[in-house]
Amino acid sequence: MTHVAPQTSRFFDCREAFARTIEELAQSDSRIVAVVNDSVGSSKLGGFQKKFPDRLINVGIAEQTMVGTGAGLANAGLIPFVSAASCFLTGRALEQIKADVAYANFNVKLVGQSSGIAYGELGPTHHSIEDLAWLRPLANLTVLVPADPWETEQAIRWAAAHEGPVFIRISRMPVPALDIPNRVFQVGKAEVAREGSDVAIIACGTTVHLALGAADELALSGIKARVLNMASINPLDTESILAAAETGAIVTVEEASVRGGLGGAVAETLVQHTPAPVEMVGFPGFVPTGSVEWLFDHFGLSPAGIAAAARKAMARARK
Amino acid sequence: MRPVTQNSRENSVTTIMDRALWMRRRAFQMVYEAQLGHPGGDFSAIDVMATLYFGVLRFDPKRPDWAERDRFIMSKGHATGALYTALCAAGYFPEDWLKTYMQPQSRLNGHPNRNYLPGVETNTGPLGHGMPVALGIAIAGQITNSDFRTFVLTGDGELQEGSNWEAAMTAGHRGLSNLTLIVDRNRLQQGAGTEETNSLDPLDDRFRVFGWHVEMVDGHDVAALLALLGAPVGERTKPLCIIANTVKGKGGSFMENKASWHHGVPTTEQFEQAMKELV
Repeated sequence: MTHVAPQTSRFFDCREAFARTIEELAQSDSRIVAVVNDSVGSSKLGGFQKKFPDRLINVGIAEQTMVGTGAGLANAGLIPFVSAASCFLTGRALEQIKADVAYANFNVKLVGQSSGIAYGELGPTHHSIEDLAWLRPLANLTVLVPADPWETEQAIRWAAAHEGPVFIRISRMPVPALDIPNRVFQVGKAEVAREGSDVAIIACGTTVHLALGAADELALSGIKARVLNMASINPLDTESILAAAETGAIVTVEEASVRGGLGGAVAETLVQHTPAPVEMVGFPGFVPTGSVEWLFDHFGLSPAGIAAAARKAMARARK
Repeated sequence: MRPVTQNSRENSVTTIMDRALWMRRRAFQMVYEAQLGHPGGDFSAIDVMATLYFGVLRFDPKRPDWAERDRFIMSKGHATGALYTALCAAGYFPEDWLKTYMQPQSRLNGHPNRNYLPGVETNTGPLGHGMPVALGIAIAGQITNSDFRTFVLTGDGELQEGSNWEAAMTAGHRGLSNLTLIVDRNRLQQGAGTEETNSLDPLDDRFRVFGWHVEMVDGHDVAALLALLGAPVGERTKPLCIIANTVKGKGGSFMENKASWHHGVPTTEQFEQAMKELV
């Protein structure tokens, strides 16, 4: 991507962290099962299948049944992790997620893999940039967007222990392990990835490390940018958002549509309390053909793009 | 009406018919009072429901979360008149609650909510949701080596939803003998006949080729229903589909076989007439 180097040179596929964690949890908790739609490989569940062949339920290419089956397994006291490409899981089975999981309030864990524009050149049918907007209004459903392998592991562990429906959005795009000291994973609480008082950048998932890169870039001009890792989209940490507004200018960044996702959630919060200029970085709609790298860069999901959005928000604040 | 408080396979056909009669009268009163509901589909399903709750299912209304209970899923979630009266008669909640049907803040929503009402296994309403959930429960029974059984009732028009066939395929593939589907085959959907809308016949063959064992029965013949639904799984290695041939609106002479009674509501005269007939 662009100018600023990530904090570490190593990049990780968070699906690996998901698979490793669920295998480990399943070892000590026989209630944990996996439900897939022919997505064993793309969910990295080959190891799970080998260890627990009877606890991997592959319903074939049938997402509605996959999610309904999850609800049924939960009815009988099991803890299903329903894992599939986010575009099909959330798009094809949205009514099952609404009625069978969220409204019925079953203890189902939905794992949206390869979310955002991870499928790059395969195009908008395979992108999942709408999932946050679709799922965010669903009551009872916790929505988590982990940013790196550590946070992915924490989210999976939290979901397994939590009694209630959870959606966890996982990318296949390699991300660095975030270099933040003394990390604590807390649902409903934003993580301060970097302190700053001139502008606040609120990011989630694959974009948090890019936001940190933007903060580095802004620092070269003497701008102190606060970076919040908003992994918990629902429940939302409104307190941190309102505190961020005190910087005077806000940027939201997500590997998702700019309509109705993290940016939408932040804007909803601000207009009801402390209106502040918000620049939203994300995708405006169906994107053109391009690689993941090209799309990120083209739509400003890069340290330079985010820094530019921050300067724009600050300029609006001064008016 | 005294609630049945335990599994009662020994209940006679007469007792089941007696419960079914009470359910029809009570369900129709609920619809009359609320001036809302789906009485046609309530009445077509009530004999099946009464047979299940008062002759087949293993349950304990004092322990709705009992892990070893048999599960019943009402996939045609609009038939709450049938479901709520069955659960009430089964002892899950007091009869007073039926008076609140569809009133503000009632536990008795137009479609069932398991979080409001004990005995409801899952929230239904949008069609084609019951089968996949029942499939998941049946698979859980297999995984945990439990001997509970799972029963799911769908409408016939409802089978036009593709999700049913996804689940039917998987159930057949896995040979889930602990799963029983009952199709309320009243041949009418909301707007017209099923066969003129999007035909389902030959419905038995369709399930057979999906790997199910299929039985056809008169859905108002309680003795025949009891024989089929109450039979142990035994040597059967396939899921069981019972096509219950029913009459929409069965029991109210002016309602029978009329699509308009899908969500029709009675006038005072019609209500009184039904009460005279349902004795």
